[in-house]
Amino acid sequence: MTATDTALRSGAALSSEEEGLARAQQKRKMSGFMTGLFYAGAFGAAALLVVFVGFVIGQGITAVNADILVSLSGIFFNTMYLVVLALFFSAIWGIPAGIFLAEYARKGRLTSWVRMAIETLASLPSIVVGLFGYLVFIVMTGSQWNLMAGALSVSIITLPMLASVTEDALEGLPPYYKLGSLGLGASRIQTLWNVQLPACFPRIMTGLILAAGRGFGEAAALMFTAGMSTDIDWSNWNLVSQSCPLNPFRPGETLALHIWALRTEALNPNAAEVAGVTSAILMLVVVIFNALARYVSWRMEKKMGGI
Amino acid sequence: MENLDAKPEELTFDIRHVDLYYGDTQALKDISMQVHKNEITALIGPSGCGKSTLLKTLNRMNDFVEGCRVEGSIKFEGRDIFTETDPLLLRYRVGMVFQQPSPFPKSIYDNVAYGPRVQGITNKATLDELVEKSMRQAAIWDELKDRLKTSALGLSGGQQQRLCIARTLAAQPSVILMDEPTSALDPISTQKIEDLALELKEKYTIVIVTHNMQQAKRISDRTAFFYLGELVEMDRTDKLFTNPDEPRTESYITGRFG
Repeated sequence: MTATDTALRSGAALSSEEEGLARAQQKRKMSGFMTGLFYAGAFGAAALLVVFVGFVIGQGITAVNADILVSLSGIFFNTMYLVVLALFFSAIWGIPAGIFLAEYARKGRLTSWVRMAIETLASLPSIVVGLFGYLVFIVMTGSQWNLMAGALSVSIITLPMLASVTEDALEGLPPYYKLGSLGLGASRIQTLWNVQLPACFPRIMTGLILAAGRGFGEAAALMFTAGMSTDIDWSNWNLVSQSCPLNPFRPGETLALHIWALRTEALNPNAAEVAGVTSAILMLVVVIFNALARYVSWRMEKKMGGI
Repeated sequence: MENLDAKPEELTFDIRHVDLYYGDTQALKDISMQVHKNEITALIGPSGCGKSTLLKTLNRMNDFVEGCRVEGSIKFEGRDIFTETDPLLLRYRVGMVFQQPSPFPKSIYDNVAYGPRVQGITNKATLDELVEKSMRQAAIWDELKDRLKTSALGLSGGQQQRLCIARTLAAQPSVILMDEPTSALDPISTQKIEDLALELKEKYTIVIVTHNMQQAKRISDRTAFFYLGELVEMDRTDKLFTNPDEPRTESYITGRFG
């Protein structure tokens, strides 16, 4: 008979039944309280989003009229165009950086330095990136404000995010994907291209959604780079002309920047209403874009996973 | 212990004095052994004895391990794999099946067609033919022929492993290396893989690493026993399991250690 058995039998070392019951109830209460807290946190965040989006869109709808929409059409187009350009640049830059960190970087001083540089880039304030963009893309090239400069500045902000999303996605794959492909005589590039990257696609897609969100919402980095004017002529398709919508080297204000401008320096009497409509449009764009990207990524995952 | 005097044309691998290091640790010590054509050679021994390391050396998968260094010579069908063969071409001819069933997140068809496509075969008819032939050889054609376009990740573990064997066969190898191919499978799936290995040896040479001595006994023609990076003994399977030369082999196969 062990010591514990003896104690159990005599009941000497253990508390009475009532005490034990009270303690169990206490524990259950605590556990219920914590569970409630977690639920409240999660549903609170979801509710906040619904209320917020509802409020902004509701306010926009009450103020909307055809004139405002027409005045915003060019700015809306600028926003989409700039985000597409910015995503393109941060993808062709950030995804290879992530691939390097996950697949090719050996442990060493150079690699840890590169990693640190990318992480630091992630924490740069966007106004500083904007000033840097102004200096490099506007002053040093001697050009006027343009969408390309804005897109490049935004891509500097989103680059670290895409690099780390790509790196995490590659490192999170089962090692046998890579080994299986290499074992069949595929080169490392073939393996990356045919097996690893397609398997990472849903996660990289999520990274792109987040990057696009930054692009839609960015104002500070665009103030001095993309400019605050929009003067486009929808009938002009001469790509080098300053008023051609598709010319990336023309100034172009985005929705987020427009909101800021309306609420700080606009002189027109209905500035508040226009800002409300602009916010609603921006919100709708972000929500629709998110839904669309999630759908594409879900389709990919379904196709691969056979669920 | 066998003499290493088989004729070169009877051999798939001729391994001579191989030492392998991971950094400063020596994982294989002076290994010399011969793998005969159209036979199943089993590599057995306790965990960490070097059997899987040797297997990965045969198709140079160890190239991808940082700090891995190999000395000595391994001839594959008469040519040295380190000096006279391109590693990618070597892996076309020396296929590998892993411990975890590991199909790619692609359709069943694309999984099997992966090897030929990597080698540059794009003709649809050729690919169709290779896929069907390999899946028949791996005994999964009848089960899966109607769902070739669905994802391979939806299959059971046993089906996935046979699919991986089909994927390996489609690359048209002459050798199949199997790294504990049944350790993640249930007994029925294990049985199927073992039957398959016995059928495949008519056309292919098979080297199998296994923790399961009954499995080595059931299917292999020759068995090599490894311990602490050394090849203790290699012989015909019936001889090694009934009348081993080395006392260490005897204690291992009778379950006294390992």
